Amino acid sequence: MAGALQDWKSQKKPFAAIASLPVFWLALFFVAPMAIVWLYSFGQNAGPADIEISGTLENYKRATEWLYLSIFLKSLAVAALTTLICLIVGFPVAMAITFAAPKWRPWLLLGIMLPFWTNLLIRTYALMALMGTNGYMNKGLGGLWEGASWLRTLVGMQPLEAWTPVQLLYNNFAVVLGLVYVHLPFMVLPLYSALDRLDKSLIEASLDLGAGHFKTFMQIVVPLAAPGIVAGVMITLIPALGAYLTPDLMGGTDSQMIANVIERQFKRANDWPFGAALSFLLIYAMFILIALQSMKANKTKEVR
Amino acid sequence: MTETKQPIIQIRNVSKRFGKVTAVDNISLDILAGEFFVLLGPSGCGKTTLLRMIAGFEMPTEGQIIIDGQDMSLVPPNKRPVNMVFQSYAVFPHMNVMDNVGYGLRIAGVAKGEIRDRVTEALELVKLGGFEDRMPDQMSGGQRQRVALARSLVMRPKVLLLDEPLSALDAKLRAQMQFELSDLQDKVGITFVTVTHDQDEALSMASRVAVINKGEVAQLAAPSDLYEYPANRFVADFVGSVNIFEGKLTLDEPDKAAVDCPGLGKVYLNHGVTGPHGADVWVALRPEKIYLHVPGEGKAIRAAAQDAPDGHNLARGTIKGMSYLGDITLYEIQLEGGQMIRVSRPNLSRHDQEDFTWDDKVSMHWRADSPVVLLS
Repeated sequence: MAGALQDWKSQKKPFAAIASLPVFWLALFFVAPMAIVWLYSFGQNAGPADIEISGTLENYKRATEWLYLSIFLKSLAVAALTTLICLIVGFPVAMAITFAAPKWRPWLLLGIMLPFWTNLLIRTYALMALMGTNGYMNKGLGGLWEGASWLRTLVGMQPLEAWTPVQLLYNNFAVVLGLVYVHLPFMVLPLYSALDRLDKSLIEASLDLGAGHFKTFMQIVVPLAAPGIVAGVMITLIPALGAYLTPDLMGGTDSQMIANVIERQFKRANDWPFGAALSFLLIYAMFILIALQSMKANKTKEVR
Repeated sequence: MTETKQPIIQIRNVSKRFGKVTAVDNISLDILAGEFFVLLGPSGCGKTTLLRMIAGFEMPTEGQIIIDGQDMSLVPPNKRPVNMVFQSYAVFPHMNVMDNVGYGLRIAGVAKGEIRDRVTEALELVKLGGFEDRMPDQMSGGQRQRVALARSLVMRPKVLLLDEPLSALDAKLRAQMQFELSDLQDKVGITFVTVTHDQDEALSMASRVAVINKGEVAQLAAPSDLYEYPANRFVADFVGSVNIFEGKLTLDEPDKAAVDCPGLGKVYLNHGVTGPHGADVWVALRPEKIYLHVPGEGKAIRAAAQDAPDGHNLARGTIKGMSYLGDITLYEIQLEGGQMIRVSRPNLSRHDQEDFTWDDKVSMHWRADSPVVLLS
């Protein structure tokens, strides 16, 4: 690494030549549009398609009203819950892959990454097909219900009432489940890479010194996997916070998240300045999260 | 050394198979309380598997391990009265030395004050006093190993298991640690069981050594017996350097024996070997037990010693290779029959290595108590 860094310092011209194109690309297609949207957030509508950038803070004032702030906080809560569930579900999965026989590991990892091969929209519709009132989940539950009913008649009891399908979709439950489904690989992969680096003899040493499996997990595995946990949390929380498609398709009227509100401003409400202000509030929130994480990372580095 | 002769570990007909591979094949042995026991063998011989079965990280496929009179078959590692020092040391990287060494005591719920006292005591024992607040990444490999040692010793185990404890250290430090480990074992009186592939390590530290080959015990003996009275060709060859010649047993009486080796000549021993007459046997002769002379001289010295009949324990050859190692010089000599023999010669004066050189014709002799006859 040090050698590569030195080369970069002594060979500035070729480096600049190679770097200029991607830098130009980013500037043109990422920084410039973002800057424009940022400017919009200080503007107001001056006609159906005209935006006057007047430097007003009115949009931000409106964005921090309780109506929008509550949706924002709710999005944060949903994203946090999603992240927590992903962590709880993902940790055993990552550990199982780490401790699996080496010949199985690539296949298990492939299994984790396989969903990425399909478009998110299609995956979401597939999940909806499973969870709908006529979906397989309900059919399965219905089958169990009827089985139970039949068993009751066998022992001479009254049969149960007819099965009424459970409403699994179009509520907050569906949104969290959908988000967990989408984001689980993002949690598992960094956890796996952290656990894979963990020297297995540390676990054996802990057992050898009298600790049980739970204590070993809490005292040795979790602290040493901390970088992976932090990475997994960030990489899950941030996209979940800005999730749009899942709440849009799987949520009900009360389960919209901040991204859905932003979308409405840009499309139906045609209020780009206000949408821009909301967007940037979301971006600022993410910046704060990332800043907190890197501050913490720096701190632990200093302690070392 | 404590002279208790009670077995602390009894290994009874233990086998371990991984799929089709047999790592440990029906081993039975007793390890006595207070001894420094070494499992010696080439890599892949099953010695580490045996150690891990004692620690509880592997379960025997067959057989039984009894520690301090208690059958360990259903006892998990965290409930066994043994502690292990890992080859990689396995010092917890996120804890300082104090917390590392105190880990087991903390888990056991020992009072804070007592933990501090015992950790300090253990650190003094391994000469790491004052290192309490260091993090493992601020320490050298040797120091980390001492932390691992202290972390195990502080638990006051009945048996301390050490997996290749010196393999990661440089040569100087290794020699020093060999002495320190023996010393430490003397001081604490705990039974040490060490795994190593390094015969020097085994010979210098052990009270007894079990040489393991292909999952079986090839020989179990004190270090000097292992070297001077190897039981078979594997042990003779693995422990130290040796010349081995095939031959036929021509004489075998209680106080003398003779073997006719086509490659070497007639070998005479001043003790019996109790092998079947005319059987195929092997003669093992250590390089340092062979004397080197200018031609003819050997025969005269041999005759003057009168510990073997004429024409026995003599050989002639030509020096084909030579390596000067400082304290000794090692010669590769081609015998008249064509086979090679290794002879080492101490450099007793500064010019001894100049006595012989490449292509010199030399004669050799050895004493009647030097060769070992091996039946397998």
